Amino acid sequence: MATTATGGSLPGPEASGQGTVRTVLSGADIGRVLTRMAHQILEKTSGGAGVVLLGIPTRGVPLAHRLAARVRAVEGIELGVGSLDPTMHRDDLRLRAVRPLEVTDLPDGGIDGSTVILVDDVLYSGRTVRAALDALAEFGRPRVVQLAVLVDRGHRELPIRADYVGKNMPTSRQEVVAVRLVETDDRDAVMIVSEGAG
Amino acid sequence: MIRHLLSTEDLGRDDALLVLDTAEYMATVADRSVKKLPTLRGRTVVNLFFEDSTRTRTSFEVAAKRLSADVINFSARGSSVSKGESLKDTALTLEAMGADVVVCRHPASGAPRRLAGWVRGSVVNAGDGTHEHPTQALLDAFTIRRRLGRLDGLSVTIVGDILHSRVARSNMWLLSTLGAAVTVVAPPTLVPVGIERWPVTVSYDLDAVLPKSDVVIVLRVQRERMTAAFFPTEREYTRRYGLDADRLAAMPASALVMHPGPMVRGMEIASDVADSTRSTAVEQVANGVSVRMAVLYLLLGGTREVA
Repeated sequence: MATTATGGSLPGPEASGQGTVRTVLSGADIGRVLTRMAHQILEKTSGGAGVVLLGIPTRGVPLAHRLAARVRAVEGIELGVGSLDPTMHRDDLRLRAVRPLEVTDLPDGGIDGSTVILVDDVLYSGRTVRAALDALAEFGRPRVVQLAVLVDRGHRELPIRADYVGKNMPTSRQEVVAVRLVETDDRDAVMIVSEGAG
Repeated sequence: MIRHLLSTEDLGRDDALLVLDTAEYMATVADRSVKKLPTLRGRTVVNLFFEDSTRTRTSFEVAAKRLSADVINFSARGSSVSKGESLKDTALTLEAMGADVVVCRHPASGAPRRLAGWVRGSVVNAGDGTHEHPTQALLDAFTIRRRLGRLDGLSVTIVGDILHSRVARSNMWLLSTLGAAVTVVAPPTLVPVGIERWPVTVSYDLDAVLPKSDVVIVLRVQRERMTAAFFPTEREYTRRYGLDADRLAAMPASALVMHPGPMVRGMEIASDVADSTRSTAVEQVANGVSVRMAVLYLLLGGTREVA
């Protein structure tokens, strides 16, 4: 389970043994970052008309809901929120143990003609986003697809970039970026775990 | 996840629930306009059927195709098997062709397990003799859970030819693993020897059991497997063990009637019962595709080394 291949959602740094753990974003930092991203989304989409936030499980989903809540607080409008599981479209399924499937849940209105913003916790190789783009095509044809990530850690393997970035975080491939959110874990934090480097 | 699916007797609760949860996802694919996922692109599924079966073979074929796998149908009739080839040689031939999964139906109990020892790929038991039919049990459990919302604590009655039924065996093991209480009802001649070692209650009186049943699974009387007279006449069987409208009325209002198919209307199930809204026969067919997609994904969706 604890592998660095996508560097995304790990159970937590404590699981990785004797590596050194460095907290990069605290809970308060994450809150401020999300508030800024919500404003950027409103700015770039001219007020958020026709925007659907689709979280990529696991931790992209609570992030999408948090962004929607901030938009509601700032502008008083209700964005569509849902989740999109890209697992069945991944190109690296054979490289690891079989993955359990997550929930795909699209807003009632569908996504045709809308501005879909994919939301994930960590952007690394870009392969998850590539799979999500394919999965998205099965449900309709959005007018625009954008990408919002809490952390961009670099090392892209595909020509994919994020439209909204919470924090750019230069890392080495040996490091693991661990995101924890209260919805799925015990607290809010983003940490870099260097295995065996300390 | 397990490497092969040979029986439900040795299928753990967690693995069984993983199949059912995965099947829930697969069921959503059937509602889309494009009913296809690229997940198993480049993988080969071989349907190796030594017994006639249209519905199970087609169901596996649809499931594999929805996941973009290549499907090869290999039936014993008109093939090298009818020329005297052994099961092992057939298996090695399929292996050489690069089969990733062999879906096997065979008249001999235990044939898929032998097969699993010979091939590198995964083996799915699609019914072996009078032993097991695990994907049928999984789709029955899936259907019950979708309709009634749970399996834990339910009373499930299986009525009919228990002796020859692999569906009964697989259901009995799986449903008791998942927390249901299983009762089997049959004429004494159609109850297997040694049934006291199974996790079931045995009854010979259907009318006594019906009012307490949340689900009744009606089995077909398998005349092709009957080599002796197990009951005097069909009419007597129908009168004592056939599910008709009166017996349906004696069941709780929410109780389900299930049948693995093919149904013999007028024999084990009356036509109006088979067509009632409480009968899940058609739903079971649709759910069969979802469950088989889940099984293929879980057997093939990951790496061989870790799985």
